[in-house]
Amino acid sequence: MNKRSQGLLISLVLLLLVMTILALGIGAVEIPAAQVLRILAQQLGWPMANPPDAGQITVLVEIRAPRVALGILVGAGLAITGATIQGLFRNPLADPGLIGISSGAALAAVSVIVLGATVFQGLSSALGAYTLPLAAFIGSLLVTGLVYRLAKLEGRTDIATMLLAGIAINALLGAATGLLTYAANDTQLRTLTFWLMGSLGSATWTQVLTTLPLILLPVLVLPWFAPALNAVLLGEAEAGHLGFNLERIKQVLIVLVALIVGTAVALTGVIGFVGLVVPHLLRLAFGPDHRLLLPASALLGASLLLVADLIARTVVNPAELPIGIITALIGGPFFLWLLNRYRHRSF
Amino acid sequence: MLSTEHVSLTIRDKTLLKDLSLTIKPGEVLAVLGPNGAGKSTLLKLLSAELKPSQGQITLNAKPLTAWTKAEQARLRAVLPQSSRLSFPFSAEEVVMMGRIPYRHSHTHNQNRQAVHAALQIAHVEHLAQRLFTSLSGGEQQRVQLARVLAQLWQVDSEQARYLLLDEPTSALDLAHQHHVLGLAQHLAKTWNLGVLTVLHDLNLAALYADQIAILKEGQLQTYGEPQTSLAPSHIQQAFAVEVEVMPYPLQVNRPLVITQRPNFNQFTTLTL
Repeated sequence: MNKRSQGLLISLVLLLLVMTILALGIGAVEIPAAQVLRILAQQLGWPMANPPDAGQITVLVEIRAPRVALGILVGAGLAITGATIQGLFRNPLADPGLIGISSGAALAAVSVIVLGATVFQGLSSALGAYTLPLAAFIGSLLVTGLVYRLAKLEGRTDIATMLLAGIAINALLGAATGLLTYAANDTQLRTLTFWLMGSLGSATWTQVLTTLPLILLPVLVLPWFAPALNAVLLGEAEAGHLGFNLERIKQVLIVLVALIVGTAVALTGVIGFVGLVVPHLLRLAFGPDHRLLLPASALLGASLLLVADLIARTVVNPAELPIGIITALIGGPFFLWLLNRYRHRSF
Repeated sequence: MLSTEHVSLTIRDKTLLKDLSLTIKPGEVLAVLGPNGAGKSTLLKLLSAELKPSQGQITLNAKPLTAWTKAEQARLRAVLPQSSRLSFPFSAEEVVMMGRIPYRHSHTHNQNRQAVHAALQIAHVEHLAQRLFTSLSGGEQQRVQLARVLAQLWQVDSEQARYLLLDEPTSALDLAHQHHVLGLAQHLAKTWNLGVLTVLHDLNLAALYADQIAILKEGQLQTYGEPQTSLAPSHIQQAFAVEVEVMPYPLQVNRPLVITQRPNFNQFTTLTL
């Protein structure tokens, strides 16, 4: 890896650190950055003459920290997923939200929320905290496989087919989700509505820690596939000529992607466009090499989601906006700009 | 040697290749000719392990092709595709660097960079190295891809014979580069002891640069041998259904020159008028 790439990754790590400290400090109870650092140091066992305010510690450790941790996980996961499927589909417009992967996960999760008490009762009690992530994983896995199959034509994926398949699947799943809302009671309905638009608000440490490996492991594993994804950009046959067993690699990648998206959706609902915007910005500035793109996407995605969450929970203070609205407000126009750009030249 | 032994391929009751036996020898250029749909590309896909034969066997350096792992094959055989659909903004140099992917663990970054540099030079695309691949013309892209497959066979630290498969390498090239590419293939066959197979449409390019010529028709090997014997008028007329005359190539020993007659449209004149 050359100096420029190293420099970029280091700056992205620093950016993420700064965003984390800001996100931990900003909110209804303001905690200055210096104080945030002191509380973190104290929590890590650093001896301190006059310990920080107990109220601030509770807010930071119990309320903000799990939320920030969740934001980092989900942001990193969604962004690296976007970069991965764009490479796998050889198509820069692929995004887990646009092509229906998130909806697949959402439908499966909604089914469990609404029908969990009745139809899936045995299942829910057996799997506990993992029920929702598992259901969402299966939902996203099915949709990813389906879209891939539909859009693939003579060894390449057709952009139009893929996006149209995404529209159809999104519509279908939206309808099914809508139907389920009729079956839901009032409490379930409120959970559903907020959750379908995405939110980090439900974060607790138990939840974050139980599901942490389901996102963290795939995020750490995916960069190993960077050379294969680079070769895939040349063409699927060419990747085979360069020594990759592409069928196997595809299967593994689809499972990893579904694992990340499924878990992310189960935890935070549908947060769109992160997977589209982040890899694109990085590609524009630093080129399409996945060895840099994958880790850089994870880092920038985490920072971006922290910013989006900051906006979501401060802009209509004391109430809170669903974060999916913020990412869609940023991502929608970005996508249109991208389409226009694509009309005129390559990416 | 890279050989097909009595290879047939049938897909959905359609026979694409039938009982085909030919051999790519290290140090030689084998040109594969034939009309459209004769099975030239299919043959290339079999040799590059994209497709498996329904019957017969393919051997690479005396072992069945399937006994080599994909990664091992990538160090022994490179394939130049007919055209490229790369739509992501890699620089030409980065594209050539991908030819070194099979050596990412076994060679140092510097060794791989040297190979890329050398490949860019011999493919005459050094001046394009920093350009975006997507902004190059079709011919320039083809030459950059050639540099990539040359980098893949460069400096491999192996005693095994290596093979280069070219699918219509001259299709997008101007006159000078057509001859440069095939001359280069011939030169590398000799100096690197490389086995080269190239699919071609131009009979005279094949006549000038190939050591062996195979003509395919309807999935079968119709003629196979040295240019002088395989490019006999009767063979060409049978395979391509055109009238030709063959004479010695001026100033070239043992190279035939094929002169094609214009087709006769007189029979249609009553229809068009």
